[in-house]
Amino acid sequence: MSWPHWIIVPVVLPLLAGAALLLIERGRPALAARLSLLATAAQLLVAISLAALAADGSVRAYLVGNWSAPFGIALALDRLSALLLVLTGVIALAAVAYAVAGDTNSRLDRRGPHFHALFQFQLMGLAGAFLTADLFNLFVFFEVLLIASYGLLLHAAGVARLRAAIHYVSFNLAGSALFLIAASALYGITGTLNMADLAQRVAQLPPESAQLARSAGLLLLVVFCVKAALLPLYFWLPSTYGAATAPVAALFAIMTKVGVYAVARMYTLVFGADGGVAANLAQPWLPVLGLGTIALAAVGALAARDLRGMIGYLVIASAGTLLLALGLGSRDTVAAALFYLVNSTLVIAVLYLLADRIGAQRGEHGDALAPGPFGAERSWLGTAYFVAAVAVGGLPPLAGFLGKSLLLAAALDTSYAAWVWTIVLTSGLAIIISMVRAGSRIFWKPFEPAAPAAAIATSSIHVLALGWLFAALLLNTAAAGPLARFTGAAAQQLFERRAYIDAVLGARPVPPAVPIRAIVGDKPGKDKP
Amino acid sequence: MSIELLLSIGLGVLAASGVWLLLRARVFDLIVGLTLLSYAVNVFIFLTGRVRVGAPPIVDGKLAPTLASYADPLPQALVLTAIVISFAMTALILVIALRANAETGSDHVDGAEPAGTEAAERGR
Repeated sequence: MSWPHWIIVPVVLPLLAGAALLLIERGRPALAARLSLLATAAQLLVAISLAALAADGSVRAYLVGNWSAPFGIALALDRLSALLLVLTGVIALAAVAYAVAGDTNSRLDRRGPHFHALFQFQLMGLAGAFLTADLFNLFVFFEVLLIASYGLLLHAAGVARLRAAIHYVSFNLAGSALFLIAASALYGITGTLNMADLAQRVAQLPPESAQLARSAGLLLLVVFCVKAALLPLYFWLPSTYGAATAPVAALFAIMTKVGVYAVARMYTLVFGADGGVAANLAQPWLPVLGLGTIALAAVGALAARDLRGMIGYLVIASAGTLLLALGLGSRDTVAAALFYLVNSTLVIAVLYLLADRIGAQRGEHGDALAPGPFGAERSWLGTAYFVAAVAVGGLPPLAGFLGKSLLLAAALDTSYAAWVWTIVLTSGLAIIISMVRAGSRIFWKPFEPAAPAAAIATSSIHVLALGWLFAALLLNTAAAGPLARFTGAAAQQLFERRAYIDAVLGARPVPPAVPIRAIVGDKPGKDKP
Repeated sequence: MSIELLLSIGLGVLAASGVWLLLRARVFDLIVGLTLLSYAVNVFIFLTGRVRVGAPPIVDGKLAPTLASYADPLPQALVLTAIVISFAMTALILVIALRANAETGSDHVDGAEPAGTEAAERGR
């Protein structure tokens, strides 16, 4: 692992794979599907090896253009980035396997052009956003993943998807405009876009720049909460995710976590406790809005009329819980949030794939929460739904319970303790009730005329994709101890911002193999070490 | 009136018009609004390098290499990126809007007039 370029591989690999897929997708679709699977599996392996690398606790920086840190773009790998890269890889592999499952007529990747290329570009955007240490570069990777997600959302076309796409695209374009204003305002007052350098300079800002810095920081919070779906910015989410095809929706489960990641990074590193005039910027807002989000998401889940709509509200509830925990701002609550993030993202991906299988078994009833005929696969789908419901409801013995109890225990030391316990537990109950209601309507009230309408059989690849995610859920539970230690260390690392700053700003460019002067000729000018 | 004040007022009017159009719930207005908003953002990014006249952005060795004698080149590079992205996104949302209009026959952002309005009655 001494090769220095491993850190950029998660960005370059999907880029090359996506470009190759664009060329061969039309002519040789079977080969394209294999290549996409292979690239995604390789991405997961790279992510795991990066996580092994990051587990030693040091922050590794990578200078993309070989310019020293505040001047060029830098990437940085720490435990939090590595954790999210692995999670992305696990979900992406299941999603792409699910998309290529089935026969030629039912395969989801054949419903429109360029599924696999867009999928790889989305992976590139996700990996870049998790790795970058430059605010403007974060914007660019946000755009990469958003542009790919627009295409993926519209995959397979249809009126519902077009309608959702107009809302989703215009909302995110407005969000991007705010991101640009915030980033350039920060550049205007600090003269840097490198996050490590920003962290130092924002802390030393004179009081007359305080208002501008705080406005820019809060604008960034709005942008990240658009991505993470926090109250009052989540209304686009249920219809958008519900309209997407199942593997795309499963991958989108990690996309809301990009917003959560950006909040965790920026509001500890730059606008954290040591942020000078802009210290603890998000603290007054996130707990209150997070609690409101959880409460409304529970109501939404209870009121949902189809399974995908309900899962959309579960995504929002999980985002609300995570942002609440980040907003409480102690190291224990952040550690609990990171632990809970793994479980909640996995289970949402599972639920979207399961909802698609259930819909395929019920003909024209689809995933509506109403009694209807059911195909031959009721028992195993019911069992899988039950396990997923236990995981998403935060019931023992699965890791969702551990995540929630870690959060509740950590919240005891904060001034919001009573609110957190009341609202998290009540909304947890509401989510369990809505899961039970949906399950009993779908599985326990079969239609009497037992002629199941055109059920589409589940192929073994479908089962493999779902089984992979269930295995990840069980591993998450079985290895809860090591994972909790890892997320605890990741939270610790977030709060020790000195190490991050030193690693990024201290990274030295690699000396060129051939002296630059030999290429451009000897010119008088300043010399750099 | 200083040029900074004039530019700030212009930016404010552009951004406010963009937001107002965004809220109109018609696809065409929405796209024009997004375009105006992105113009405002682009000018804003450009201005974070401060308003300067006659300052070169590239170090040529004749002037002292400080920001006092040169224009900041970074906002100019940033604004190029932002222009390219917002231009491409406008093209994309135009295509989506045209497809949606062809499929739904409505220019409302929800794909249909809200129930109970005059326009919905007329459409019936």
